[in-house]
Amino acid sequence: MNYARPPAALWLSAMFIAIAVLLPLGYLALRASGAGSELWSLLFRLRTFEILGRTIILVIVVTGISLVISLPLAWLTQRTDLPWRRMWSVLTVLPLVIPSYVIGFVIVAALGPRGILQQALAGPFGLERLPEIYGFPGALLAVTLVAYPYILLPLQASIRGLDPRLEEVARSLGHGQWDTFRRVVFPQLRPAMAAGALLVALYTLRDFGAVSLLRYETFTWAIYLQYQTSFDRNLAAGLSLVLVVIAVVILFLEFRTRGKPHYHRAAASASRSPAYVKLGRWRWPALGFCALVVLMALVMPVSILSYWLARGFSTGEALWRTAGYALNSAYVSGLAAAVTAIAAISIAVLDVRYPSLFSRLLERITYIGFALPGIVIALALVFFGANYATPIYQTLVLLVFAYAVLFLPQAVGSVRSSLLQVSPRLEEAARSLGRTPLQTLAAITLPLVRPGILAGAGLVFLTTMKELPATLLLSPIGFKSLATSIWSATSEGSFAEAAIPAVVLILLSSVPMAVLTIRGKRNGNE
Amino acid sequence: MHRNKWIYSLTGLLLVLTLLVGACTPAAETTPKEQTLTIYSGRGESLVAPIIDQFSKTTGIKVQVRYGSTSEMAATILEEGRNSPADVFFAQDPGGLGAVESLLMPLPESILNQVPPKFRSPAGTWVGISGRARVVVYNTQKLKEADLPDDIWDFTDSKWQGRIGWAPTNGSFQAMVTAMRVLWGEEKTRQWLKGIQSNNPKVYPGNTQIVTAVGAGEVEVGFPNHYYLYTFLRDKGESFPVRNYYVRAGGPGAVILVSGAGILQTSKNQDAAQRFLNFLLSPVGQQYFASQTFEYPVIEGIITHRLLAPLADIKSPEISMADMADLKGTLSLLRETGIVP
Repeated sequence: MNYARPPAALWLSAMFIAIAVLLPLGYLALRASGAGSELWSLLFRLRTFEILGRTIILVIVVTGISLVISLPLAWLTQRTDLPWRRMWSVLTVLPLVIPSYVIGFVIVAALGPRGILQQALAGPFGLERLPEIYGFPGALLAVTLVAYPYILLPLQASIRGLDPRLEEVARSLGHGQWDTFRRVVFPQLRPAMAAGALLVALYTLRDFGAVSLLRYETFTWAIYLQYQTSFDRNLAAGLSLVLVVIAVVILFLEFRTRGKPHYHRAAASASRSPAYVKLGRWRWPALGFCALVVLMALVMPVSILSYWLARGFSTGEALWRTAGYALNSAYVSGLAAAVTAIAAISIAVLDVRYPSLFSRLLERITYIGFALPGIVIALALVFFGANYATPIYQTLVLLVFAYAVLFLPQAVGSVRSSLLQVSPRLEEAARSLGRTPLQTLAAITLPLVRPGILAGAGLVFLTTMKELPATLLLSPIGFKSLATSIWSATSEGSFAEAAIPAVVLILLSSVPMAVLTIRGKRNGNE
Repeated sequence: MHRNKWIYSLTGLLLVLTLLVGACTPAAETTPKEQTLTIYSGRGESLVAPIIDQFSKTTGIKVQVRYGSTSEMAATILEEGRNSPADVFFAQDPGGLGAVESLLMPLPESILNQVPPKFRSPAGTWVGISGRARVVVYNTQKLKEADLPDDIWDFTDSKWQGRIGWAPTNGSFQAMVTAMRVLWGEEKTRQWLKGIQSNNPKVYPGNTQIVTAVGAGEVEVGFPNHYYLYTFLRDKGESFPVRNYYVRAGGPGAVILVSGAGILQTSKNQDAAQRFLNFLLSPVGQQYFASQTFEYPVIEGIITHRLLAPLADIKSPEISMADMADLKGTLSLLRETGIVP
């Protein structure tokens, strides 16, 4: 399966994307070089290593717990007779739409000292203090709740894409259920888990909202503090480069877990429905587990927001304004999703079908933007936009460009794992019948990876909906989205005001999320 | 072949659409056919949008505003450099204005002289618009004003163990620490920070959360700015069990901080920008801040909230904004004492 050379169009677009994602790195290098010796003394303090240690611990534990939550959730909702399976499979991925700054506020309100839980327990049990939520436990909870769907989503898709015949063969060869899972199923799920875990790890690195509200000092928080308190963009850039180094290490580790096995089916025919595992008396604990996750990640935030909403005085005017912001949000997020998905296709095709050192490197560096705090990417593009691309500065073009740089890996990961399940034999057949590589791509490959493209675009859409720093700095002046209006209300301490756009954001994002999950499900089961 | 065409045309359509949309929408907004004043505001939209609208209506000058935090706006202006589309930078605190001072133009005397010298930039590049006093808030169900010590220093006493709330990452708090360094010196400031730290204060993200926590009895005293309380009194009634206490002895615990505004050197709307600053300093503008945001006016003759202590009664220290510029020193002190990361 050695394809000589990628078509020029593919190669050119990939080059363009590579330059785009490297812009922020160039900016960081430029700024950090302006920091001078002060940077070294800042970096080599004991405290820097403390923060580094704390960041790495959070990344490891959040990723680990997300894997532990996602694997059973995915299995239960796809392959067992769990009651209301379809509903659970949608509800468990929905927390992805909740912005981390919202979950941060909610957790403080619910579980903080004098929070809702303590107030509720104070009456009957006279409970004065809850275990401390600030610091590691709170940050772990908040980040995990918004990040685990990054693993669950590809994992669900991957389980749906499994060929049940492989399992049947294993069973017929005398392997038990557990043995079959361990030796046949699990290895096939590895790419999805690794891709998802990578996103969770990088997301944890860059999250600001949750860790700052729950007061866990990570590297990203330290970077924000540089901007906030000493207005020092050079030192902030220096610290951001450390984050890049951590991201590169994580990317390398994930790369090492990738083997060379083939994941595509032997034949292209649609698979049969797999046999559903009967849960028996295990159905109750299984239901309880799903319900617990949904309760924490979805019911708790939505009900607290609704409570704020009901308590707050909201006029019809406020609702109308919010409707306008919702349209703006949906509009830019739609554009970002489309542009990013197109960019992701060329990266994924190049990486999977034309493997070379360059294509591999390219696929890896698209992840850098995702590991950096939004403010860093936004300022990098402010710098390039204002000084070297003035006509598009503070226009939707540059804003959508920024979203693409930030969220490209989400789409790349999704398209890539979809492409891995497509047999190259089909493309070879098309080529042998006289189609050019681009024609083959359009007629054979794209239709087959459509679920992956849609899932990737959907992910980008959802994360763009909640994106804040780039939207604040790079949008056309006067542009307001749901995320900026949540920010503007909470920055003035007005939760009731923030609750309206927050609830609208969650509801609006739930629709494409539900459609994606249900659609994907149908495609996989037919 | 049918599919082939479909995908090509869809992709093409999307690209064209993106470019079109990008090219049309903002172009109409950024090429000022008529005079349009561009403001970067580090102050919240709900706080300042009404007065900006009023300016626009009164003068007929079109205004567009970009909102963000003061630090984000300052960083943006720095990155934009000489290509900044901004005419006016309206900042929450002098620190943000100081960070971009080299890009601001000297203001005319006619603007600067409207406010007392301590409320404006020593270099004449920005002018104070509204004042905020640092206060101690206390829970009136647990404490009386008489129980509170004369000086902010005295909160280092171990009897305040577990009773204090503060927000060390908040800009106004850090400005107070800067004032301490100016008035007390590094060593005494370090001792104060360590003293409070050893009383295990509860850390909050901002001033609103401090007032909420004091109201809920989570802590008994806190160190915010004065005006947060008045929003609570308006929304929850005067029975809300929190009041402000201006430390009797004065000193850094009662320092007055200002929000301010400056004009970019690169602004092509100098005239409109100056009219805007004059409007904010006019009785109309100042009355707006006094009655809507409960801040202190920076000019004489404005009516303030019934429960707001008159500026003349606060023993605020005489301290020049030039001395308040060393935020880096404050940050490294806060880091060294392990109070911020």
